[in-house]
Amino acid sequence: MSNETHASGGLLESGLEGLQHNFLTGSLEYLVKWARRHSVMPATFGLACCAIEMMAAGGPHYDLARYGMEVFRASPRQADLMIVAGRVSQKMAPVLRQIYDQMMEPKWVISMGVCASSGGMFNNYAIVQGVDQIVPVDVYAPGCPPSPETLMHAILTLHHKIEHGELMRRPGQGAGIVIEQLGIDGPVPVSLGRS
Amino acid sequence: MTVTHDPAAARTSEGAQELTSRDIVSAIERLHELGAVLRLSEAGALEAERDRTPDDETMIINMGPQHPSTHGVLRLMLELQGETVLRCKPVIGYLHTGMEKTGEQLSYLQGPTNVTRMDYASPLFTELAFSMTVEQLLGIEVPERAVWIRMLMTEMNRISSHLLFMATNGMDLGAVSMMLYGWREREETLRFLQEVTGLRMNHNYIRPGGVAADLPDGWRDGVLRLLDMLPGRLAEYDTLLNGQPIWRERLQGVGVITTEECLALGITGPILRSTGYSWDLRRDMPYLAYDEVEFDVVVGSYGDAFDRYAIRLAEIHESMRIVRQCLERMPAGDYRIQDKKVTPPPRARIDESMEALIHHFKIFTEGFKVPEGEAYVAIESPRGELGCYIVSDGSANPYRMHVRAPSFINLQSLPHLMHGGLVADAVAIISSVDPILGEVDR
Amino acid sequence: MSEETAVDGADAPAEEAVVVTETMFGVPVLHSGGQVVLHPTREGYPGLLRDLHEDGFHSAVDLCGVDFLTHPGRDLPAGVTAERFEVVVNLINHRNRSRVRVRLQVPEGDPVVPSATSLYPGLDAPERETFDMFGIAFDGHPDLTRILMPEDWIGHPLRKDYDIGRIPVQFKEAPAVRR
Repeated sequence: MSNETHASGGLLESGLEGLQHNFLTGSLEYLVKWARRHSVMPATFGLACCAIEMMAAGGPHYDLARYGMEVFRASPRQADLMIVAGRVSQKMAPVLRQIYDQMMEPKWVISMGVCASSGGMFNNYAIVQGVDQIVPVDVYAPGCPPSPETLMHAILTLHHKIEHGELMRRPGQGAGIVIEQLGIDGPVPVSLGRS
Repeated sequence: MTVTHDPAAARTSEGAQELTSRDIVSAIERLHELGAVLRLSEAGALEAERDRTPDDETMIINMGPQHPSTHGVLRLMLELQGETVLRCKPVIGYLHTGMEKTGEQLSYLQGPTNVTRMDYASPLFTELAFSMTVEQLLGIEVPERAVWIRMLMTEMNRISSHLLFMATNGMDLGAVSMMLYGWREREETLRFLQEVTGLRMNHNYIRPGGVAADLPDGWRDGVLRLLDMLPGRLAEYDTLLNGQPIWRERLQGVGVITTEECLALGITGPILRSTGYSWDLRRDMPYLAYDEVEFDVVVGSYGDAFDRYAIRLAEIHESMRIVRQCLERMPAGDYRIQDKKVTPPPRARIDESMEALIHHFKIFTEGFKVPEGEAYVAIESPRGELGCYIVSDGSANPYRMHVRAPSFINLQSLPHLMHGGLVADAVAIISSVDPILGEVDR
Repeated sequence: MSEETAVDGADAPAEEAVVVTETMFGVPVLHSGGQVVLHPTREGYPGLLRDLHEDGFHSAVDLCGVDFLTHPGRDLPAGVTAERFEVVVNLINHRNRSRVRVRLQVPEGDPVVPSATSLYPGLDAPERETFDMFGIAFDGHPDLTRILMPEDWIGHPLRKDYDIGRIPVQFKEAPAVRR
């Protein structure tokens, strides 16, 4: 494992070009992010149809075990990823928040399926129109239900986000993305965030 | 005269011969006085716990709604004395989606997309119940090929639903490898369903008037591939589970219910059949073409969780028999009724005929109007009697759409199954009832 | 088409009435799609259920409610006044393999119906659901509380004057309520 070279972006490239770092002297931040990305433990939060596809993703055909994620931790204290799979009803919303609060930092949320992402086809009194009204979401996986491949793409996106995102990011500070919208008088910067 | 518990008689083609009101009445009395159902609201339970003195021997604990052993978001309030469950109250509503209200806003053609998400383990059945109710209101009859396609697809769905039961039942009892085997087989079945309907789940394939599309070329190979593969795998489950002492001890004698209690509670499906009572809507009140195919109705004898598991395993075999007969006898013809007012015209005709274009437009935007009336049609889903009650006011949307979900009624048996058992058996019992919370809460 | 079991009430005498109402068990009958639909009064409802139970309808299939606020004119036999709510009970007879439906009219001002749980314990949960969704109370039910909505929810969602609760979505051209 020594003498492993990695072209990690940002920190190293700007200052010390061409320096080959080996594993022992790699930056701590990189190590921590690498470890977190490879040991994500999902918590069971299967609610409806998407739960069946989530279980199928853990099954032998689509095999989440290749990421070490096939064991869904029952206790939220032991998990760091909550995959909200299914529609969240009014009665379930406080429970969702309670389970999310019980998880330890760092924690991530994948909103699986359109019902969790936006209320889906149920735009009515009974369903919360998007779990991002209750918990901050990192990755949205669309589909009704998303096939296990879509879920795995979402998980890989999350892995990428963990490995290349900011270490000390706390949910609630916003994604920090600024885009430009063409207004009447010229471009207007619009900052997207998460509350 | 008593309800026959004679296993031999129960397995005859005539089914249970005699029925008496006397035993039913005593069962009703027994259900009421047994007091297995905990009649406390959530606030009341909190109060009871707060006021509990240390001398009290019973305590009320809460299991769920987020728990790895429940089949979805089911919450159980259990009154325990030590490890023994005295009374229990299932609290549901955590997945209430307002589907019946949503159904009133959608047209009849969009109805199957809504109801298919109720029982998400066997979605084609709810679509079938809805479509058959609408067809009864319309007074139309679907062509023969459509009937046989529906039968083929629903029996395939029954196989995949029972495989899901095998997998989750195994996992709930700790046999995690059963989970992997069940999903392995289920994926093959879903592959066939995807070939035909385009989706792995929530297919929206069975619509009023027939089915959405014809079977693709080469569907026979898909079916044969499954029929060749499954028996060997099911024999593996048999070897793995049926003879295993741990499996037997965990399931035999656990969660026993009697026939009279089932009938009084309105419970249908494998739970009713496990008590020795032979009632299956496919044979006793046939719909589609079930009176033309040969299959057996599997009946248990002891009414316990092992019987329910064994019944579902055997029902997979019976479904394979029906699928084989559908394969051999699939008639040629239309896959949906050619009534312009109900089903859209074939896509190719839209380019040729203005009338076809207008009909297609009107059916998909406005929807077709259904004459005034009300109808209730029930079918046999993997969980029991699944019925759909629609009241129509003559417009293009159902005025009232209600689905009689088998799991909703079957959940009422939980207190009676758990009474006097251990907490550890609670998981096995819930798993053997096989509820799908999507249709419980709708 | 109709499976007539022991008929307690005779057909209305032809000399008197202009309209002959078919009755069974003493209550007016309609036929809908091959099934018998009975229309008792609220007072006659428990007695009718007992008669049906005696006759072999040992299993209750389902109980649901319907709100006819926006569709008052519907098909009912003569002598049955239409009210705002209806409670619909489906029963099944395994011996005859027949079904029967009971439609009970429930007025808006007094939405109370005798509970059937003493005779059919399986209607416990459906009656709670009907109470939750429509506000129809069942007299004699052991535990009449909300079952699907949270216990402190206000309003009865399946009533026609309860809004569906849509939030506005991006494509405003699509109307919220299809008509």
